[in-house]
Amino acid sequence: MSSTLFAAYAVFWGLTFAFVMSLWARQRRIQQELKRLSETFERNPPAND
Amino acid sequence: MRGSDNYLAQHLLTVGSGLVMLVALGMVFLYAPREAVMGDVQRIFYFHVASAWVGFFGFFVTFLAGVGYLLSGQRRWDVLALSSVEVGVTFITMTVVTGSLWAKPAWGTYWTWEPRLTISAVQLLIYVAYLMLRGSVEGREQRARFSSVYGIVAFVTVPLSWFAIRWWRTIHPDILTGGDQMAIAPRMIHTLLVSIGAFTLLYAALLSLRMKLEWTSDELIRMRLKLERRSRG
Repeated sequence: MSSTLFAAYAVFWGLTFAFVMSLWARQRRIQQELKRLSETFERNPPAND
Repeated sequence: MRGSDNYLAQHLLTVGSGLVMLVALGMVFLYAPREAVMGDVQRIFYFHVASAWVGFFGFFVTFLAGVGYLLSGQRRWDVLALSSVEVGVTFITMTVVTGSLWAKPAWGTYWTWEPRLTISAVQLLIYVAYLMLRGSVEGREQRARFSSVYGIVAFVTVPLSWFAIRWWRTIHPDILTGGDQMAIAPRMIHTLLVSIGAFTLLYAALLSLRMKLEWTSDELIRMRLKLERRSRG
């Protein structure tokens, strides 16, 4: 098998992996922020609620 | 659909696309015959064509979602359009890079400014610009409207890229519709079709993950607004 073929398939898997990891990292960051805000929300209940 | 059903469907789609991708990979290396002129390098073709197909399909979905948004103004169309562009850009990047890798042994150069390659490069830049410009527009509705129009206009690059090798003199092979240098054996066609199926499933799995991210991001914005309103009293 040629090195060109290996490089091409490495690009496929590498880019797919990078995209999935970027989705995972962004999802994780947003969920952590969401959790933090929910906790802030629960810790400080509104006076008139 | 309930949340747990959604979660299960997403997992099934992810696992299913992974399995079909493994089958496609097995066919590329074990089932498809070695091409007589180019040898093993020709095996790039299966994933190269499949990723191009999925990239084009992704931009077509963005086109339809843009029309959907302009007609209805519903946020889900904007989420679909944005998600599909991101997945499409990933696949078109794969297409351009692997095509370039294939070109070196086939044409003796990684890049040449012939019609198909030039249009592909311009197309990639246009959709990367979509993602960058989107972030610079203030206001959700304005951003969605701008993105919809942009996504509809940018789609012109897809038929242009498809027909480039038929309309102009080009060195890019026309495997699918024209008799070309590569002899297509039935086993090669089977492998190509399975690869296209595998990439389409992978597109659906990545699209669903990207859309989920956008919905979670919306939830975060809502929560911030809620807290802001409360702090203002």
